[in-house]
Amino acid sequence: MILGRREAWTGRVFLILLMLVTIVPFVSLLVTALHPSGTYPAGLEWPSEPRWDNFVTAFEAAHMGQLLTSSVLIVLGVVPVSLLLATMAGFAVGQLKMVGRRPVFLMFVLGLTLPHEGIVTPLYYQMRDMGLLNTRWAIILPLIGLFMPFGVFWMRAHFLSVPGELSEAAQIDGANTWQQFWRVQVPLAMPAISSLAILLFLWTWNQFLLAIVLVDDPAKRTMAGALGAFQGQWGTDIPLLCAGSLLVLTPTLVIFLIFQRRFVSALLQGSLKG
Amino acid sequence: MPELVSELTTVPDRAEARPRAAKAPRRARRRGGWVAWLFAAPAIAAYALFVLVPMARTVQYSFYEWDGIGASPWVGLDNYVRVFTDPELSGTIVNAFELIVFFSGIPVLLGLAIAATIRRIATSRLAVVARTVLFIPQVVPLVAAGIAWSWLLSSDGLVNQLLAAIGLDGVTRAWLGDFATALPAVGVIGAWVLLGLCTLLLLSGMSKIDPALYEAARLDGAGTLREFFSITVPSLRQEIGVCVTVTVIAALASFDIIYIATQGGPGNTTMVPGLEIYYQAFVERQVGVASALAVVLVLLVLACVLPVQRLTREES
Repeated sequence: MILGRREAWTGRVFLILLMLVTIVPFVSLLVTALHPSGTYPAGLEWPSEPRWDNFVTAFEAAHMGQLLTSSVLIVLGVVPVSLLLATMAGFAVGQLKMVGRRPVFLMFVLGLTLPHEGIVTPLYYQMRDMGLLNTRWAIILPLIGLFMPFGVFWMRAHFLSVPGELSEAAQIDGANTWQQFWRVQVPLAMPAISSLAILLFLWTWNQFLLAIVLVDDPAKRTMAGALGAFQGQWGTDIPLLCAGSLLVLTPTLVIFLIFQRRFVSALLQGSLKG
Repeated sequence: MPELVSELTTVPDRAEARPRAAKAPRRARRRGGWVAWLFAAPAIAAYALFVLVPMARTVQYSFYEWDGIGASPWVGLDNYVRVFTDPELSGTIVNAFELIVFFSGIPVLLGLAIAATIRRIATSRLAVVARTVLFIPQVVPLVAAGIAWSWLLSSDGLVNQLLAAIGLDGVTRAWLGDFATALPAVGVIGAWVLLGLCTLLLLSGMSKIDPALYEAARLDGAGTLREFFSITVPSLRQEIGVCVTVTVIAALASFDIIYIATQGGPGNTTMVPGLEIYYQAFVERQVGVASALAVVLVLLVLACVLPVQRLTREES
């Protein structure tokens, strides 16, 4: 009993320490962002006069309004289409038991480990030849393709767990495959689809490599990609850079805090399956 | 949802349903023939066009010398020879493997220790808050994490302030600018990003272990350490496998953090394959060399990940 209590206390101390280590970089960003622009504040030191207006300056300097719009457009281009394609393919492989599903599935699974660096060079020339370089399509289209391995993997796992009798029953009721998919399977798959949506949103929003390679204009990139350009431009003005970083990470953080339960379980399951 | 299921599964007239049901498998099989392919086709097309075709081109480019514009003479395996003999290129692979120590080693080992310690309070309110907090590094862009950490690790940063406070003034330095410490410093940033995820994955695995096992071990007089090595670790084989897989890929394919924190420097001490590919292809205009390194990177990731998956999943 005493042993148990002591363990519980060490557990608590460990947990609090771990949370502190997790939070400290953000606290440091905030504290630094409040110092007068152009100074080099040392460590964690609360400024005598916090300069909240740095956030306004950074918002304007980084054209944050434009960036938000751009990121939202990219997410809208990537996520719904990816969800639809992945759900349909997951249904074909997991429920319809498509002929030749094994090699097809294996081909997708191999893509799960593919680092983006492996294909980014040819993608650049492919987008150039398609005339899409420096447009948002240059980020949207490759991301849809890159999300297919995980998306199909995820949706297949869901559809494997759906009993086959459900499809048979729908067939007996005279539903064709499309109706069966759209009216019966998709509504039942909503929990799996919405978790996938969360993960794809996150990966799109934070996409960096494709954004900096395929789009020159920061205003047409994702938030993360634009922050790279912002660092290049304002890298010497530390407080402003910190304010800009905080602004860029706020949207994901807010959405995370709103949907935290969904997020945590999606991320845990996501890595377990991946 | 349950209503829908029961509505669909309780077919009113069983006598009528049976003969049709007998026919159903044949129809399903025929449908599986080509309708299923129609469902899978768009995903296959997107994957083929934007992943498989570029991958094939990476392989193709790797046998040519090309600056992206002019003629491209066939050079056979020359680019690969360069990847393995030019220290500037082969060094990036060595660096990537050193990063595995930090990206995988710290999060998995420390994560195991932490998860085992907090297992008993996994349902407390503090732990619920912690679940949210520990996930934040996974949610924010790596670029922002890189900026925050470059500042923490700078010569006037918080890390040095803390070190000075405990009397270690002697070791303070610009961690990311020092030849000896830049790579470990980048590794620490990666460890920070991945530690929370690994801890929570391992913790969720621990919650599935039958508590009776621990009770039995206690009755047999096993101590905490014994318990940890003979019950906890073996039961978590799958979760450990997942953590290792995710973190090894993150280490070998690292790009964002290093691009922001060090740009590969000082010298080439933190240059990794991902960043080198980017430089070779878009700055040096050595598309062939970049592609050869890309092929090597893809194969390295597979060579590291497949055995881990084999070892940890064979039972399931």
